[in-house]
Amino acid sequence: MRELSLHILDIAENGIAAGADHLLIRVEESGASDRLMLSVEDNGRGIPPEKINHIEDPFVTTRKNRRVGLGLSLLATAAKRCEGDITVEARPGKGTRVAASFRRSHVDRAPLGDMAATLAVLILGNPHIDFRYTHRVDGREFILDTRDLKTEPGGLSLDDPMVVHRVSQFVRRALEELAAGPNLSPSMEGTDA
Amino acid sequence: MPKLTVEDLKHIKAKTATAMALRLGETRATITVHMGTCGIAAGAREVMKALLGEVAAAERPDVRVLAAGCLGTCASEPNVTVAFKGSEPVVYQKMDPAKIRQVVQRHILNGEVLNEFVLGK
Repeated sequence: MRELSLHILDIAENGIAAGADHLLIRVEESGASDRLMLSVEDNGRGIPPEKINHIEDPFVTTRKNRRVGLGLSLLATAAKRCEGDITVEARPGKGTRVAASFRRSHVDRAPLGDMAATLAVLILGNPHIDFRYTHRVDGREFILDTRDLKTEPGGLSLDDPMVVHRVSQFVRRALEELAAGPNLSPSMEGTDA
Repeated sequence: MPKLTVEDLKHIKAKTATAMALRLGETRATITVHMGTCGIAAGAREVMKALLGEVAAAERPDVRVLAAGCLGTCASEPNVTVAFKGSEPVVYQKMDPAKIRQVVQRHILNGEVLNEFVLGK
């Protein structure tokens, strides 16, 4: 996968396929510790105990339409290549949390990429599911919670391509601002590198 | 960085109010982008992004866009299924942003099946 946001889309789709109706997606970037962490937490049916020790094996899958399960093994490979790792906590019947960490400045770390597109695809493709996206960069934070979109004045219909298109444009701008960092201070940047 | 504010929501809502009023009618066509690991790695998200922009610009409230899982034909991803009410669904293979725009313009808006992109033909 060329972008971490594509891994996020893939892992989130796994949660949806597992019957989740609420997903928490987090991205946390820290310049000081040079780490990037991402996590996807769902309230789907979890992973059966007999499969949990094989989650990184691409030839282990619960699906019936093909015999390979590449998503988690691709994410694990990407994280390990960048001095990171993945953790998977699954409680059968309650949900799954997949987290991956990376050295943020590692030369092999894929860019986060178009997170606004990932969220747009998730929201439009699954308008009945609630998503909460939290993105933190050095203590600054952006949050998008689709429950706010549905419940605030009059509500927005998230199965409407035009609405999701607008929401995605808003998210793209907000994330660009977050990445640019209004208080970017050169003295902070170099200290822990 | 704040959350999405009430003002932002009002802004989005105002811009989309007309389309939402029209949407009360029934769905005539459903476009499904297959979004398995294989599809995503092959570019399904970019196809969906282009599709979203094209359908939003067409202002056609009778067209629905959905995401679904792997179709089982991973080598031909990104796959997109177009289903008109009352007709057999058509599966398009190896889609990219330019091809999906053609599908919207010619198949969705004009009723013409693009045989050169159809899977298994």
